[in-house]
Amino acid sequence: MSYDTVVVGAGLAGLTAALRLSERGHRVLVVARGVGATHLAPATVDVLGYLGDTQVASPAASVPALVSTTPNHPYAHVPTEQLATSLEWFCTKTAALGYAGSVDENLLLPTALGVPKPSALAPRSMSGGDLRAGGRFVFVGLKGFKDFHPTLIADNLNHARLPNPIEARALELTPPSSRLGDLSGRVIAGRFDTEHLIDWLAGALEHGVDLDERIGVPAVLGLRSGDATWQELEKRLQRKVFEVATLPPSIPGIRLSDVLSSALRDGGARIVLGVRAVGARAKGGRVEAVEVVNATGTVSYPVSSVVLASGGFASGGLELDSFGATRETVFGLPLTGLPDTDRVRFTPHYFDTQPLATAGVATDDHLRPVDSSGSPVYENLHAAGAILGGATPWKEKSGTGISVATGYAAAEAVLTSAPMPASEALR
Amino acid sequence: MNDLIRDSLDHCVKCTICETYCPVSQVTPLFPGPKYVGPQAERYRGAGPSADSSVDYCSGCGICTQVCPQDVKIAEINSRARAKLWEKRGVPLRNQMIARPTVIGRLGTPVAPLANWALHNRAVRGLVQSLVGIHRDAPMPSFAGRTFQSRARRHHGPAGAPAVVYFHGCGTNYYEPLVGEMVVAVLEHNGFRVIVPPQDCCGLPLQSNGNFPAARTYVRRLVDRLAPHARAGLPIVSNSTSCGLMLKREAHEILGIEDADLKVVSESMYDLCEFLLRLHDRGELRTDFTSLPMTVPYHAPCQQRGHGIGKPALDLLALVPDLHMIELDVDCCGIAGTYGLKKEKYQISMAVGERLFKDITATGSDLAACDSETCRWQITHGTGVKSVHPIELLYRAYGLDRRARAGSVSLESQTARVSG
Repeated sequence: MSYDTVVVGAGLAGLTAALRLSERGHRVLVVARGVGATHLAPATVDVLGYLGDTQVASPAASVPALVSTTPNHPYAHVPTEQLATSLEWFCTKTAALGYAGSVDENLLLPTALGVPKPSALAPRSMSGGDLRAGGRFVFVGLKGFKDFHPTLIADNLNHARLPNPIEARALELTPPSSRLGDLSGRVIAGRFDTEHLIDWLAGALEHGVDLDERIGVPAVLGLRSGDATWQELEKRLQRKVFEVATLPPSIPGIRLSDVLSSALRDGGARIVLGVRAVGARAKGGRVEAVEVVNATGTVSYPVSSVVLASGGFASGGLELDSFGATRETVFGLPLTGLPDTDRVRFTPHYFDTQPLATAGVATDDHLRPVDSSGSPVYENLHAAGAILGGATPWKEKSGTGISVATGYAAAEAVLTSAPMPASEALR
Repeated sequence: MNDLIRDSLDHCVKCTICETYCPVSQVTPLFPGPKYVGPQAERYRGAGPSADSSVDYCSGCGICTQVCPQDVKIAEINSRARAKLWEKRGVPLRNQMIARPTVIGRLGTPVAPLANWALHNRAVRGLVQSLVGIHRDAPMPSFAGRTFQSRARRHHGPAGAPAVVYFHGCGTNYYEPLVGEMVVAVLEHNGFRVIVPPQDCCGLPLQSNGNFPAARTYVRRLVDRLAPHARAGLPIVSNSTSCGLMLKREAHEILGIEDADLKVVSESMYDLCEFLLRLHDRGELRTDFTSLPMTVPYHAPCQQRGHGIGKPALDLLALVPDLHMIELDVDCCGIAGTYGLKKEKYQISMAVGERLFKDITATGSDLAACDSETCRWQITHGTGVKSVHPIELLYRAYGLDRRARAGSVSLESQTARVSG
């Protein structure tokens, strides 16, 4: 089958780029080693949470400052208007999850450790946890559910620096027993999907929670039925209810991945997991085909354009070998942000600035990876997401924002350079 | 190679993505999940078997390996651990039996009417369940009575046309010979001469049931039959996705077979729809399709997705006028070859398939399409909806059924009648 664009990577950046291209008529193939980091991240879109040590109230107002101090930051290649457009577009495409928020102001949502985290967008099942206005909160734990401790959340939030005072407390509930032994988030979410666990939860919360308390529950209210369960719960309890992101696996993240993937499938795009893109056949500075290893061996997919969204070190888009050499694993692209010395790759303190923290590919304004002279390596290869160098997402709280913004921008760049898909032209 | 597969466990970052996808651990506590049983427990297995036998509840669907973002060969590790377990304990008689489809096929074919009566008889099935351990309700296909091999021997294709080798698998041979005839007809319609070498089981059921030595014998025997054709540069096509995957990858990655014959066969293997789509890409597929005004849900089986070739069946069927395919988004039907036949695993297999059954039923269609034979039988068993290989839709769209009806072949029972 011939495809107009091959997207490498099925994380948030890859799915975003693929969906944008697909809805504009490109025939898209997504190839990935496995599912992306969507399944680990909490499904919020974090555009910019911190500028240095200062918490950001408005990403739209602070991104220009970030770009001026960090000119090689991925956002430097995304015009401010496009950043806003990409988020609005994202909200439309994920309407089933009802994303709330905007690029203009950050929500402050509690994490599973009780830390207020700034996010531009959050699914409506989570956005009710916004701590900015203050007030009374009750955090609900489920006995047997690992790594989610309501007392820890409440205590930490009661000590956190917040714009308005809050009063948080913990409540531990014991879910009805199940023949399924391990109470993982996935198992509980499955029970909400199939067993009407909502009846138990609504019943357990009806009494013992004041009318003015907002109720934070772990984000396990169902996988297929998550949003509906949350709506139903609010309706039954007549109180504000919100999901709190858990440790991985992230149920809201899987919902997001599912919504984007099914939109892609409905639009005729193809997603192939468990394969590995390993290189390009290039001619005259253009990628003519992407080489992919599947069960038989290496096959070539002829393309007009490519979006590389293979992730950073954690996802295997970048690799550091035991000799200290760093490489981009698919196309062997030149990298930026590598430390000068041969030996020093880590500093002893985990939370210090790590020498490789901003490693990645550098791009031009069309998000095309460039070589050291600043010229694009391939005319029709664009990059998006964590493979891009220049950012410190974990510190800036910018990872998912970069993925959505650059995924969208890379798609736009492809559309600008190849507005009429090749297959359209052939028909 | 063996070591490379096992060593991949060091890439595991405990992200739990495999656990969120495992269809088995979501419905039973007897299987604690691919991460626990795979990369985690494997560290403690060392040279001997694990004290923990929960790995036997892994159905071997392979989804964990497909979704793992770190390239950990979870399913392969688990498959080997299962073999180690049974090597020590001895593979139970039932598993030895159901893992040898050619033996069952040869025994059942000459006495097909009797065998089919027995397969559909509640009392007999109850007895078989208590004596042998095959669940009385598990979907069992009916013997066709005349094998595809015997039909193929009498068939004379066009001489002089470019040749393609057909690896039909046991399902087609003993239960669904008409599917094989459709494969041949579609390939001949596209100008090929179809070579059907004598062939036996690929060893996959034995591999899944933990008898690696016997599995190796079977796959080697099959490879011996196919290798001369592969060496002559001929493509080999298969409509059995799991058996095709056995030759493409699993015999090497799981059974650890390293030999030149297997390699050349692997490289020449194509899933049937993959092969036809490649023809289309080169502009060589005939597209004289007539209208098929139908809406049909399509399930890509786990083993089909293991090929990493996308969903060529959907791409092909998109060429058929007025045929609307619904791409289902469910990972597994639950049967996993012989897994769902077993008395102690039947309920698990049905619970795994529940979502797929619901989604198929929800489409309201009286027909479903799916590439793998055991999955088709499970779908029919779980939904009552007839389930066909995509080739049957292409065959009809080419109008080959009308031509056949004018001849002698009856097309009323293209797929095996499923009992249970």
